[in-house]
Amino acid sequence: MSEGVKRINLTLVVWRQAHGRAPGRMAAYPAQGISPDMSFLEMLDVVNDQLALKGEDPIAFESDCREGICGACGLMINGVPHGPGRGTTTCQLYMRSFKDGDIIHIEPWRAAAFPVVKDLVVDRSAFDRIMQAGGYTSVNTGSAPDGNALLVPQETAEEAMDAAVCIGCGACVASCRNASARLFVAAKIKHLGVLPQGRPERGRRVMMMVEAMDREGFGNCTNEYECEAVCPKEISAAHIAFLNRDYLRARLGKK
Amino acid sequence: MALDAHVPGGPLEEKWERHRSELKLVTPANKRKRTVIVVGTGLAGASAAAALGELGYQVLNFCVQGSPRRAHSIAAQGGINAAKNYQNDGDSVFRLFYDTIKGGDYRAREANVYRLAQISTQIIDHCVALGVPFAREYGGTLANRSFGGAQVSRTFYARGQTGQQLLLGAYSSQMRQVEAGRVRLFPRREMLELVLVEGRARGIVARNLITGQLERYAADAVVLATGGYGNVFFLSTNAKSCNVTAIWRAHRRGAFLANPCFTQIHPTCIPVSGSYQSKLTLMSESLRNDGRIWVPLRQGDLRRPDQIPEEERDYFLERRYPSFGNLVPRDVASRAAKAVCDEGKGVGGTGRSVYLDFAGAIARDGEALIRRKYGNLFQMYEEITSEDPYHAPMRIYPAVHYTMGGLWVDYNLMSNLPGLFVLGEANFSDHGANRLGASALMQGLADGFFIIPYTLGGYLAGAAGARVDTDHAAFAEAEEAAAARLNRLLAVKGKRTVDDFHRQLGLLMWDYCGMARSAAGLRHCKAEVAKIREEFWQNLTVTGTPGEFNQVLERAGRVADFMEFAELLAHDALSRDESCGSHFREEHQTEEGEARRDDGRFAHVAAWGFAGVGAEPVLHREPLVFERVSPSQRSYK
Repeated sequence: MSEGVKRINLTLVVWRQAHGRAPGRMAAYPAQGISPDMSFLEMLDVVNDQLALKGEDPIAFESDCREGICGACGLMINGVPHGPGRGTTTCQLYMRSFKDGDIIHIEPWRAAAFPVVKDLVVDRSAFDRIMQAGGYTSVNTGSAPDGNALLVPQETAEEAMDAAVCIGCGACVASCRNASARLFVAAKIKHLGVLPQGRPERGRRVMMMVEAMDREGFGNCTNEYECEAVCPKEISAAHIAFLNRDYLRARLGKK
Repeated sequence: MALDAHVPGGPLEEKWERHRSELKLVTPANKRKRTVIVVGTGLAGASAAAALGELGYQVLNFCVQGSPRRAHSIAAQGGINAAKNYQNDGDSVFRLFYDTIKGGDYRAREANVYRLAQISTQIIDHCVALGVPFAREYGGTLANRSFGGAQVSRTFYARGQTGQQLLLGAYSSQMRQVEAGRVRLFPRREMLELVLVEGRARGIVARNLITGQLERYAADAVVLATGGYGNVFFLSTNAKSCNVTAIWRAHRRGAFLANPCFTQIHPTCIPVSGSYQSKLTLMSESLRNDGRIWVPLRQGDLRRPDQIPEEERDYFLERRYPSFGNLVPRDVASRAAKAVCDEGKGVGGTGRSVYLDFAGAIARDGEALIRRKYGNLFQMYEEITSEDPYHAPMRIYPAVHYTMGGLWVDYNLMSNLPGLFVLGEANFSDHGANRLGASALMQGLADGFFIIPYTLGGYLAGAAGARVDTDHAAFAEAEEAAAARLNRLLAVKGKRTVDDFHRQLGLLMWDYCGMARSAAGLRHCKAEVAKIREEFWQNLTVTGTPGEFNQVLERAGRVADFMEFAELLAHDALSRDESCGSHFREEHQTEEGEARRDDGRFAHVAAWGFAGVGAEPVLHREPLVFERVSPSQRSYK
């Protein structure tokens, strides 16, 4: 708001790692005169500008849309993916969530399937490879019938949408003690599985995507529900039960 | 030089059908031998890669993001138009065409816009088949709503996340082609040079953002779908990585850049809160369907909104435009908001915002329904401002949102450089001087899914040139140029950061090339851009080296291009001595303060050729001929 708003001073303790094969360490940086109306990433922008002016290497972190939809940002803030806000991404976290004198620990997502690129930036292309394995309907451009030829009950469309809102940020993986990608995969299985368009490939899809998930090195689900708690889109862990049921059915060869 | 858009002959309704039938085809066996580069993975890029892959081409698909799914189309909220007439409310292909060409204030090419309206219906069908969870009626049919500037309900949507769902749909078909081996993905690559061989686009030089290495890629054609240049204003609703670099680099190699001064300012954004602000957040203008926009009638009225009685409020859009009210096109709504703030009636701490009030809608429809329609937008507003819009009106102000200008393309979406195609926001083609709501998603998918698969084939089946590989001297020259520029950025070793320069440039552009422009202001702006650019190259600081993951260097390169591009934008705005759509020249307005076009002098596309940094660009005109509609003064009263 106005420049008269009370400013706060913080200490950041940040994971620094020059590149994927370099050793990493935590390093402390002061963040002075921070406005509570700044977003968390704007606070990092300010700190980075100060580092750059001193000729020091700014802290690498990823962000793009800065409005909670692209899924690029994702920081482990005091041990919680995307920080203390519920149903928000890191870019939607505002400094009013912190108080003067706080020490904030900032780390990258930690998972074998998400190797560190630099500092707080990780490579999440494993998610793309899972999608390649079957996260689609096999329809070529030009062959679709009229949109209204297929009736989809409103509640079914809403159910699909509840799962389809996943932004692929990977917070579910980062929060999980097993680094499981179960919630990410379940969201896609549910989205396409409940819609009539996704039915023809339902069994094949779940088999291929679960296999791809295992191949990428994500762990298994042991019902910790951490994923649901940190998901910025508040996607329900109940979708995992849907995934498990579909998987079992496909394994048993049932339609 | 007059430009030839290669618009096919025949009646407007039959042009595309006839053209498709006449375009040459590439046989399936030959498609496999053809390589196509697609830069960008938003709606246009992802759909182009998918559709070309389905046809059997070898596609190399690049994006700057870590995953193609993060391209900025993902952030579009409101919806996508299609002339389905599912609501039986009188919509038709002609009406969508007419609304779009009128909304663009008669500065778009008739044949392209008509084709867009024709294709709109196929897009919906295809996206449904891809599993896009569009909103539905209880009976299971697709739901529609009316949207900014339309009198019919033709907008399809998926809550307030239509762009996300459409992009994930296009992405899923793109991923299917990756699995099939026809699309190769190159994430975290930034195109730094276009490579021309014998005048044809034959490849690119890209920087691998992880290793910092420059890489060469050769192909039979290059497709740019690299989005808009709104970030020249620094603050915009664009994502941080949106940039002008790909199209600017192509422009420097000879591609004409058309109508860069057509930049859209969106009326419903969350106002600026402080100097540290890194971006602006749009809230879908679907909010204007139920929200009423107002300011206090009296200047400097500091009362809380709930203490201002009805008769002391000015619902200025409803007052000025009784038939369209709060649903007037974006440019009209934005200028009206600026005007009331300039009169001292703006609200909020800065006085640069107006109310968007849902009290009436909540009383009429109940909070539950409003929550279902706009819940995520209300939540987003509250997160950012810590104010609850269910109980107090939102505060909004216009922000830069979309850029109608871009690389010039003909009817085939090919630039003046053979083999260089440009899709989506990166081209200039369909929206004229102002884009209507829910039309960007339509254009991106029309270009990618339904136009480029045909027109690219037509090009490749003709004389597309002999095979070229990356050992060609043209690649070496382009790579050297890219490397030299990176080294030059690092060699400045000054005292000001990239963001500092970018903010300064953005503020200048907002002040002189924003919602209102004047000849004197634009001349001043051009001179100032040149000064900022000069200081940039003397006083910039960039940390690190070129051969590593270096986000500061990435941004520096993009801002360096904005520094050159900004001058062209101002030059175009100065040279277009009329008002039209989003381009509002203070010298040219009606008595009511509306834009006054000059069809006699400016019914043309201004396509600029590069003549050197700081040198006068070369103007090429494409006359706009209207066979079906007769340009009239837009009226939304």
